[in-house]
Amino acid sequence: MSGTGPVRALCEVIASRRIGSYHALTVAAPEIAARTEPGQFVSIAVEGDGMLLRRPFSVCAVRDVAGTVDIAFEANGRGTAWLAGRARHDVLDIVGSLGRPFSLPRQPVGCLLVGGGYGAAPLLFLASRLRRRELWVGMILGAATRRRLFNAVTARRFSHATYLVTEDGSAGTKGRVTDVMDRVLDARAIGVVYACGPMPMLAAVSKIATERGIPVQVAVEEAMACGVGVCWTCVVPYLSGGEVRNIRACVEGPCLNGSQVLWDRIGLAS
Amino acid sequence: MTGVQTAGTTLRPDQVDLRVQLGPLALHNPIVTASGCFGSGREIDQFFDIATLGAVVVKSLTLEPRLGLPTPRMVETASGMLNAIGLQNPGIDRWLASDLPWLVARGVPTIVSIAGKTVREYGLLAERLRGQQGIVAIEANISCPNVDDRNTIFSCKEETAGAAVEAVVQVADVPVFAKLTPDVTDITVIAHSVRSAGATGASLVNTLLGMAIDVETRRPRLAAVTGGLSGPAIKPIAVRAIHQVHRAVGDLPIIGMGGVRSVADVVELLLAGASAVAVGTATFANPLTAHDLLSKLPQWLAARGYPTARELTGAVAR
Repeated sequence: MSGTGPVRALCEVIASRRIGSYHALTVAAPEIAARTEPGQFVSIAVEGDGMLLRRPFSVCAVRDVAGTVDIAFEANGRGTAWLAGRARHDVLDIVGSLGRPFSLPRQPVGCLLVGGGYGAAPLLFLASRLRRRELWVGMILGAATRRRLFNAVTARRFSHATYLVTEDGSAGTKGRVTDVMDRVLDARAIGVVYACGPMPMLAAVSKIATERGIPVQVAVEEAMACGVGVCWTCVVPYLSGGEVRNIRACVEGPCLNGSQVLWDRIGLAS
Repeated sequence: MTGVQTAGTTLRPDQVDLRVQLGPLALHNPIVTASGCFGSGREIDQFFDIATLGAVVVKSLTLEPRLGLPTPRMVETASGMLNAIGLQNPGIDRWLASDLPWLVARGVPTIVSIAGKTVREYGLLAERLRGQQGIVAIEANISCPNVDDRNTIFSCKEETAGAAVEAVVQVADVPVFAKLTPDVTDITVIAHSVRSAGATGASLVNTLLGMAIDVETRRPRLAAVTGGLSGPAIKPIAVRAIHQVHRAVGDLPIIGMGGVRSVADVVELLLAGASAVAVGTATFANPLTAHDLLSKLPQWLAARGYPTARELTGAVAR
């Protein structure tokens, strides 16, 4: 048994609030907060109506001193709807911290963070840590509409330059994050790209970065039952050591090298 | 305590003897893990000492490495889940080299699940396990629902079930358990057949074949279309299958599994006729489930005056 591995804890809800179309919860989880790095996730048990499985959530902020962890999510299913209904002082059954975090750059390079929808959540946590290292941080936040942009206010606080993109043009540039990404990469020396959001967006971001020879790390999302590496449901086809492997997003990810994910093979028979 | 069956006066939990015997296989306690639900063992060992369990049943191994099926591989259903993994595994040789030594070093009684495509492959897999230290039994998975052709599920027919098990028994140097599907007309016929083929016991039950459709997109919710249903949704089927087999083939020890998540579930499967009980899907919901059951079982038995766990096997009232 390892001292830094995940733990299960009963955690009190400190705050529950809405951020645009999304919900955010702050929970008191000192043990988990102490071991969480940007890109990692927690899994939370939900109650009611025959729902067995925990729900995985990226951590979007950690306050070391207060011992709290923030998560953000969209209430688009029964489990997340239940979670959205939790109030201050309710207690949640949480396992964390899970998965591999983003690797932070060893050199003083410019960092571009690209988030789609609430996929931006873990990138805010990442941005706060990059800023501590005094690195240049640019952030592109994209979504279908203004309401679905995740927490642009916090993004502005943590980044040197924030670019908003919406598909309907209701905020920022009209278009997709990849349109703006090309422009930023043309204008500025970027040493690493980080991305989190829908899989097609991650594929497109990885392609652009890889073509320009820029390292790219993505936090992937795949349906998972356990979150701890034992059910083998959340696999991603990945090229590693010249070999194609179906690696588990929960333990070998969720943060992966975007140039090694075989995006075209996701959902296809091996 | 009107209506509650007890064995006698209340005991202390430390007075309860949890040891169980499945033919020649002796286990410290009846709590084991279900194949495919416990990874390599290392993942859950982060949460508790897995060497405390009666045994760990590893994820099914095949002769060659398998990449498995495409995603989505999982969908949650009412009180259960469907999975279609397709026996993804590193292949038996890589497992023997990288995972078994760790289990042996940790002192984990290991039951190795094997899955062949042909009767011959079952024999070859069992051959690879001969003489390996730390393996206490083989589970012949002859009932995986996630294979290319449903006609190739050995445990659906008594002839193929018997042939696959016989191929394993002939070369194995440890007890052999046959894992059966309840998706058959009469599971006792299959149980008789594996008993005649030399199986020490049976593991009951594997997942049941199921399917779910997204009504908005009209697409099947699993990439493989169908998958194995597990979780509390199938527990009554497990209880029924264990009960039927225990009644029909009394000398066939049973490892029971299917929807177990509480101590009462463990006891229910024991009463139906199981000698050991495996935790499967419940580990996904809570990685500490097997540990919790193992710590609470002695209290449950002691409070009701049962000095042993084994006396509950098949003790359903008639």
